[in-house]
Amino acid sequence: MNRWIGLGKDWLETRFPLIEFWNDHLAKYYAPKNLNFWYLFGSLAILMLVIQVLTGIFLTMNYKPTADTAFASVEYIMRDVNWGWLIRYMHSTGASFFFIVIYLHMFRAFLYGSYGKPRELLWLFGMLLFVLLMAEAFMGYLLPWGQMSFWGAQVIISLFGAIPYIGNDLALWIRGDFVVADATLNRFFAFHVIALPLILVGLVVFHLIALHRVGSNNPDGIEIKAKKDESGVPLDGIPFHPYFTVKDILGATVFLMIFALVVFYFPEMGGWFLEKDNFVPADPLKTPEHITPLWYFTPFYAILRAVPDKFLGVMCMGASIAVLFALPWLDRSPVRSIRYRGPIFKMALIIFVVSFISLGYLGTVAATAVATNFSRLFSVLYFAFFLLMPYYSKIDKTKQPPDRVT
Amino acid sequence: MKTICALFSTMFSATFLAAFLATLIVLFSNTVMAATSKPALDAANIDPKDMESLKRGAKYFADYCMGCHSASLMRYSRVGADLGIDEAELENMMIFTGAKVGDLMHVSVDAEDAKQWFGTKPPDLSVVARSRGVDWIYTFLRSFYQDPTRPWGVNNVVFKDVAMPHVLWELQGLQAAQYSNVVGDDGVTRQVITGFKVVETGDAAPAAYDVFVRDLVNFLHYMGEPAKSIRLQLGKWVILYLAIFFIVMYFLKKEYWKDVKKAH
Repeated sequence: MNRWIGLGKDWLETRFPLIEFWNDHLAKYYAPKNLNFWYLFGSLAILMLVIQVLTGIFLTMNYKPTADTAFASVEYIMRDVNWGWLIRYMHSTGASFFFIVIYLHMFRAFLYGSYGKPRELLWLFGMLLFVLLMAEAFMGYLLPWGQMSFWGAQVIISLFGAIPYIGNDLALWIRGDFVVADATLNRFFAFHVIALPLILVGLVVFHLIALHRVGSNNPDGIEIKAKKDESGVPLDGIPFHPYFTVKDILGATVFLMIFALVVFYFPEMGGWFLEKDNFVPADPLKTPEHITPLWYFTPFYAILRAVPDKFLGVMCMGASIAVLFALPWLDRSPVRSIRYRGPIFKMALIIFVVSFISLGYLGTVAATAVATNFSRLFSVLYFAFFLLMPYYSKIDKTKQPPDRVT
Repeated sequence: MKTICALFSTMFSATFLAAFLATLIVLFSNTVMAATSKPALDAANIDPKDMESLKRGAKYFADYCMGCHSASLMRYSRVGADLGIDEAELENMMIFTGAKVGDLMHVSVDAEDAKQWFGTKPPDLSVVARSRGVDWIYTFLRSFYQDPTRPWGVNNVVFKDVAMPHVLWELQGLQAAQYSNVVGDDGVTRQVITGFKVVETGDAAPAAYDVFVRDLVNFLHYMGEPAKSIRLQLGKWVILYLAIFFIVMYFLKKEYWKDVKKAH
C-alpha cells in the first residue's frame, strides 16, 4: 500500500510541484508563534474575496445589466430566484465586511510597523489592492441601479471633470455618455465582474508571494529569521500548517457568526450597508436630497468636501490615499511595534484613528458650516499624522525590543 | 499582558474620544437642522406575523391602490403562497384585470394617461416600504388635509404638495389642518400644523381607519421583502451551527497549540 502511495507521489512530483508547494507555503512555512488576533484579518480578507466571487457568480446568472432591467432583475433575484435573497444579502453585506476586514488589516500594519523594511513591496501591493477594492466596490454599487447607485456614480465621476483641460472629456470617456446611463452601467458591469476581479486575484498572489519571501512581521516587530536553529528553522517560528490553519479557521468561524448575524438580521444595517434611497429606481430627473457614498468611502469624501475649491478638493482626496503608499518611507523609527514605540507615536496614532473615524462620520452628514469646519480640522490632523511622521517618529523615545518574541 | 492592557486602553480612549466628538457634532448639526426638521412620524406598529392583517392588507391594496399603482416586481401567486390564499380566492380577491395568477402585479392604467392626470407617473409600490419606511407610509395615509390651492383639494403633512388625491377619503372623511405658531431653535416663529379637525366624517371611525391603514402598511412591508420571514427564521440555526463548529474548532486548536512553548 505504502509503496503505491510512494510511487504515486513520485509520479506527481516529477510532473507537478504540489508537495513542494504545500511544504514551501504551508507545512514548512514558518510564521512567528506570537501572532495575535490582529493577524487573522489577512486570511479573513481572502475568505471575503472567495465569498464575494462565489456569490457574485450566482448573482451574474440572474442579473441583467441594462438601465431598463437592472433594478427589476435585482428584485427578481430577491423574490423569484431560489435562495437569491441570501446570495444577494451575502454579497451586499460582504462588500461592507470586506472593507471592515481590510481597514483592520491595515490598522494592524500601523500598530506593528508591518510596512517597514524589508516589507515595503508587500505594503505597496496591499495598497494597490486597497485602491482596486475601492474601484470594485464603487462600480458594483452602480449595478442595482437605484437612486443612490445613479447619483453616487454621477457625483464621483463628475469629480474627474474638475481636472483642468482634460477633465470634462475624461469624465465623458469614463461614462460613455453625457450622464451616467446604460453605457456606463454596461461597462461598470464588465469591470466589476471580470476586469477588476482578475487584477485583484493576481495582486493577491503577488501580495502573498511577497509575504512568503519576507515572512510575517509580529507584535514585537522583530525578525524571527535572525535566530535560527541548526536546520535553519527560526527558533520562534512554527509551521503555518497546522498551527495557523486551525487558528485561522477558529477566527473565521467567529467572523462568520458576526457576518451571519448581519446577513440574516440586519442586512440594511440601518441604511449603512443598503441605503433606503437605493430602493427607488434610478431617475436622472430627480436628485435625492442627500447624496452620500457608502460608509467605507466617507472618510475620503469628507476630505474632499472640506476643501472649498473642487479641483483642490479632488487633489486632497487623492493625496489622502496616495500618502498611504509612502508610509514605509515616512516612518523613521528604529523600532516597528507600538509596544516599543515612544509616547509621541502612540499619541499620533490615537489622533489619527479619531480623525479617520470622525471624518468617516462627517462624510455621511449634511455639509453644514459646523460639520465642514470639523472636517477641515480632522483633515489637517489626518495629513499631519503622515507628513510629520519623519520627524516625530525619529525623535520619539523608544524602548529596546527583546531578542526573541514575547 | 501589560501591552495588551495598554493597547485596549488606547483603543478604548480613542473610541471614547471619537464618540464624544461625534456627539458634539450631532448636537451642533441638530441645532442647525432643527429649523427645517421634518414632521414627526407615528409608529405603524405592524405585526408581520398576523396573517389575517396581511390578507386584509392585500385586499385593500388591490381595491384601493392598484387602480393606479403597480407592484410590478411581485407576483400574485407569491402573495397567495405566502399568505395562504388559494388560487380561486386570489383571483376573486386581487385580480381584476384578467391577469394570470403567475403574472407580475402590473397596473391596467396607461402610464402616459396617468402622467396627464396627476402630473407624474404614480410610483411602483413593490419596495416602497423599504425606501420610505413603514412609519412614513402609515403617517402619510393618515395626514391628508383640505387645501383648496391643490388640484385635488388636499395636501399632505409628510409629503408636501403630493400629486396623489386622498383616495381613502370616503373611509377617513376629510380633515382640516390646525396651525399654531412655533418658535424654532433659531428664534424664528413659524406656522406649523399641530393637529387636525374633522370636517366631514368618513365611513370608518378614526380607530377603525387606523387599523385599515395598519393592515395596508403591513402588506406593503411584506411585499417589500417577501423572504424576510424565512430570513429571520433561518438565521438563528445558521448561527447555532457556527457556534457548535466553533466549540469543536476551539478544542482542536487548543490540542495543536499545547506543544507550542510560551515565551523564552
